[in-house]
Amino acid sequence: MASLWEYANPVKFMRLSNWLMPVSAVLAAALIAVGLYWGFFLTPDDYRQGATIKIIFLHVPAALMAINAWAMMLVTSLIWLIRRHHVSALAAKAAGPIGATMTLIALITGAIWGQPMWGTWWAWDPRLTSFLILFLFYVGYIALWSAIEDPDTAADLTAVLCLVGSVFAVLSRYAALFWNQGLHQGASLSVAPGTRMDWSYKGPLYLCMIGFVLLFVALVLAGTRTEIRARRSRALMTRERARA
Amino acid sequence: MPDLGTYATEVLLAYAVSLGLLALLITWTWARSRRVRRDLAALEARVTRV
Amino acid sequence: MIALLIRDLRLAFRAGGGFGLGLGFFLILAVLVPLGVGPDPVTLGIIAPGILWVGALLACLLSLDRLFALDHEDGSLDLLATSPIPLEGVVAVKALAHWGTTGLPLALAAPVLGILLNLPGAAYATLMLSLILGTPALSMIGAFGAALTVGLKRGGLLLSLLVLPMYMPTLVFGAQAVTRAAQGLDPTTPLVLLAGITAGSTALLPFAAAFALRINLR
Repeated sequence: MASLWEYANPVKFMRLSNWLMPVSAVLAAALIAVGLYWGFFLTPDDYRQGATIKIIFLHVPAALMAINAWAMMLVTSLIWLIRRHHVSALAAKAAGPIGATMTLIALITGAIWGQPMWGTWWAWDPRLTSFLILFLFYVGYIALWSAIEDPDTAADLTAVLCLVGSVFAVLSRYAALFWNQGLHQGASLSVAPGTRMDWSYKGPLYLCMIGFVLLFVALVLAGTRTEIRARRSRALMTRERARA
Repeated sequence: MPDLGTYATEVLLAYAVSLGLLALLITWTWARSRRVRRDLAALEARVTRV
Repeated sequence: MIALLIRDLRLAFRAGGGFGLGLGFFLILAVLVPLGVGPDPVTLGIIAPGILWVGALLACLLSLDRLFALDHEDGSLDLLATSPIPLEGVVAVKALAHWGTTGLPLALAAPVLGILLNLPGAAYATLMLSLILGTPALSMIGAFGAALTVGLKRGGLLLSLLVLPMYMPTLVFGAQAVTRAAQGLDPTTPLVLLAGITAGSTALLPFAAAFALRINLR
């Protein structure tokens, strides 16, 4: 029986991703295009937030992927540490910049939404603060990958950083909640999804969320393919140098 | 173009920035993929020729 | 292990060992902030807990990159790794020595700087207690960051980038404890949480740091 572990083999992974990557990319493009078109042109304005409700169709999917990308990095780092599959480590590496971009989009759209709604670009709300910290973790992770020359050492060290960083990212989330109690009274400002949402909002939102997931899949597959090729180039170069 | 009311600037700015960042990410992924693929092809051609 | 602790402490106290560096930095920060913010005692009193904790954080960071780097350069880290002491123990002892030469002096000196920053009188005991409880976690997290970056030539900046986000929970609970005490509230909850972070990182991070060191020595 074909198990998931077979795709840890770079050749099999390349064969699988060769068709899976374009398929998910096309699906992602279609879903995001339809979702954003629906959300931007057809959805009525919210009675309280006006047209700014339209930002939610970018903000929420980006925030979703910002967290899930880190979760995916955590899982692939664990697989690398335990089973030493190179594809897993390279997938974690590929996910880093994507997760960082998603976090940045979530932060920026949040700030733009907050300006007319809260009257300020930035509020030290626990949720915003945790996201900023998450972004810093992403930056540190990417920086560590690029700072270490030897690929296996880099994979090991970033995997450890990802594990320890996850613990501290969760801790930061609770610390931010704790810290804000002294300053603000409750979070009366957040638009919790599902509180009072009509299908004209839910429809495009779900489409965009699925679209962003697929976009993430496509980008991670593409990035991992690139990393596998880069690794092969490196191996060929060392072999060539050894022969010379 | 729908009527965005008083918040037109904010909504358009948010869409522009987000889509711009996504485009940047996709372009970067694509460009790096092409560069690495080309390097590998050149290297493989050289190694097999020897 | 005790011999290692004494050796590390002696190295730190020796000229150029960086013992006075952290304290001096802490003092300069406490002088610079009023110059920047203005001499209004009410404002200073409000921001004093945060400034003192941020100062302690940065002062701890200052000497971190030497934690393993010097031993890595002269090869004594390889000796320690092959010695009968477990590497986890080496990490813990080195973090303890780092704490003894930065965190503890900072905690002892903090009340003096509290006077400079017009910290309310009710908060001094909590300030010292919170620093004593919290700075071991800073040294331990720092040791992990130093272990990650030990093989790099210019690891200092990267080290702060990696370590500072992880300092955030400690900073929040520490500064909250002092702020609450300054406002006449009960600081027990943040102090307990602070102690929890220290206990947790002392228990777990030596293993992560030793793992990272082994990879770097490979």
